[in-house]
Amino acid sequence: MLKLEHIRKAFRSGRDIVLALAGIDLALDRGDFITVIGSNGAGKTTLLNIIAGTVLPTVGRVIVKDRDVTTLPAYRRAQWIGRITQDPLAGTAPMMTIAENLALASKRAHRSLRLAITRRTRREMVEQMLSLGMDLEHRLDDPVSLLSGGERQALTVTMATLARPEIMLLDEHTAALDPANATKVSLLTQEFVERMGVTTIMVTHNMEHALALGNRLLMMNKGEVVYDFSEEEKKSLRVIDLVDLFSKQHIVDDELLLETS
Amino acid sequence: MALILIHATEQGLLYGIAALGVFITYRILNFPDLTVDGSFVTGAAIASSLLVTYGFDPFLVLLIAFAAGALAGVVTGLLNTRLGITDLLAGVLSMIMLYSINLRIMGRPNISLLRTDTVIRIVKRGFQPLGNVSVLVFVAIVTLAVMLILVLFFKTEVGLVLRATGDNERMVIAQGVNTKRMKVAGLALSNGLVALSGALVAQYSGFADVGMGVGTIVTGLAAVIIGGSLVHSREVVWMATSILIGSLLYRTAVMFALRYGYVIGFQASDLKLVTSLIVIIALFIPAFRERMAKRVKTC
Ligand SMILES: Nc1ncnc2c1ncn2[C@@H]1O[C@H](COP(=O)(O)OP(=O)(O)OP(=O)(O)O)[C@@H](O)[C@H]1O
Ligand SMILES: [Mg+2]
Repeated sequence: MLKLEHIRKAFRSGRDIVLALAGIDLALDRGDFITVIGSNGAGKTTLLNIIAGTVLPTVGRVIVKDRDVTTLPAYRRAQWIGRITQDPLAGTAPMMTIAENLALASKRAHRSLRLAITRRTRREMVEQMLSLGMDLEHRLDDPVSLLSGGERQALTVTMATLARPEIMLLDEHTAALDPANATKVSLLTQEFVERMGVTTIMVTHNMEHALALGNRLLMMNKGEVVYDFSEEEKKSLRVIDLVDLFSKQHIVDDELLLETS
Repeated sequence: MALILIHATEQGLLYGIAALGVFITYRILNFPDLTVDGSFVTGAAIASSLLVTYGFDPFLVLLIAFAAGALAGVVTGLLNTRLGITDLLAGVLSMIMLYSINLRIMGRPNISLLRTDTVIRIVKRGFQPLGNVSVLVFVAIVTLAVMLILVLFFKTEVGLVLRATGDNERMVIAQGVNTKRMKVAGLALSNGLVALSGALVAQYSGFADVGMGVGTIVTGLAAVIIGGSLVHSREVVWMATSILIGSLLYRTAVMFALRYGYVIGFQASDLKLVTSLIVIIALFIPAFRERMAKRVKTC
């Protein structure tokens, strides 16, 4: 379904060069659900950017459904790839209404000069908002800028499901929400990717989520995948094991720092 | 007095079409587009030279003017999206190029339409019993039709995407849309309307002048801002209506200033200065309010 071959990405920052990804090889089958953990700056977001096409790799190839999409612009990859980021502002158009945002998301190919919202689609929208249980069904004509972060993120998830992507990229998409909303949004996402069998990569800083969800777990550090646990290995892991592994990484880093300084 | 108001209304509506064009770029696409100072003249230039030199149909030249303006918008759009030139500079470059092109089209700095048939003359002839009001009715119908089509367009699937492009471009890309193409399309639509307005104004006032477009962006903004301060709505229908109202009020104020302004020493040549000052103040008000609000909070 999705394959990354020898992906490297270097950023120039001032006179230095930052190696955000130092050689990633990864293959996902249809329906795989990978969780990704790693410290800040490990390269997780960059990895998702490269898959989505908003960042081009310095070296390497991205293959989606046996097709080399390395240089395909992001908007063309959007036909297969959906994405939700940490930022509740990123996934919706704030000045437009809930209904208009939903209408935007439910139509991906061949937009025409037909009316975007009809009586029939409005009824569907009411259903969709009812299933969220956030009282948004009465607010279809409110601009999205009036919604709270949690409401917006729930709307973003709904919009992602309407587009029926085959690959879903989730980047700490509940990190900015309060615990209740975070649980709600993460359940919503989980239900959707499982029901539709969407191939998913989920970045999270929540170790419990990382262990509880999905059939594979990656730990990244300094632009590399340092651990790759299969479904069976994952079952025997506990949060404390992951924390251990984390701190081991840091000790190694600190030693390296001492050596070089 | 009544005549002044009729004329102000007619002009307000005709220039209102240009203001709707400015609204598309400035408010919807979030792209401050200076091309309009050139494309307004392009519309007038094409219309008048086709009428005078080639004897084209006055209604047909309106469509041709729209197409020519749209082409100018496409050029600005490509400069910005393909060559990566910033929005302001892309507009300035197009505007300057259009100055030369407009002179080429006209062959001289101004063209008089006094001896040719225009849409205005046709209407006056066709609806003689209506007398003075016939032109007003015609102008109102044309402008409202343009507004209606525009409002409907912004409710279509494509129109929705265009609006979202100015609102959150990254999100629109993630929806599988080539936003570069949307921007070019929006600029084309905007400048097409501006050129249409130019062609109508030329036929209305009986001449085209290569300098008649100077400040189109500012008067357009004045209408957008005046209208926006009267009508607070995010619905496209009301936003578009408010712009036409803004344009009417602006033209009425201009008419009175020109008529009676001499009392306080006002001259026609001061108009652009005063308009710009109005826009500056209007743009400053929201920032000023915010600053005051912050000061109150920190107290
Ligand atoms: N556009 C950019 N220009 C320069 N450096 C960048 C850019 N984007 C990312 N980087 C650098 O690449 C490295 C990886 O960043 P990335 O955002 O992928 O980390 P992350 O794993 O998502 O971290 P976090 O957990 O904080 O979100 C960081 O050192 C970052 O500073
Ligand atoms: Mg990140």
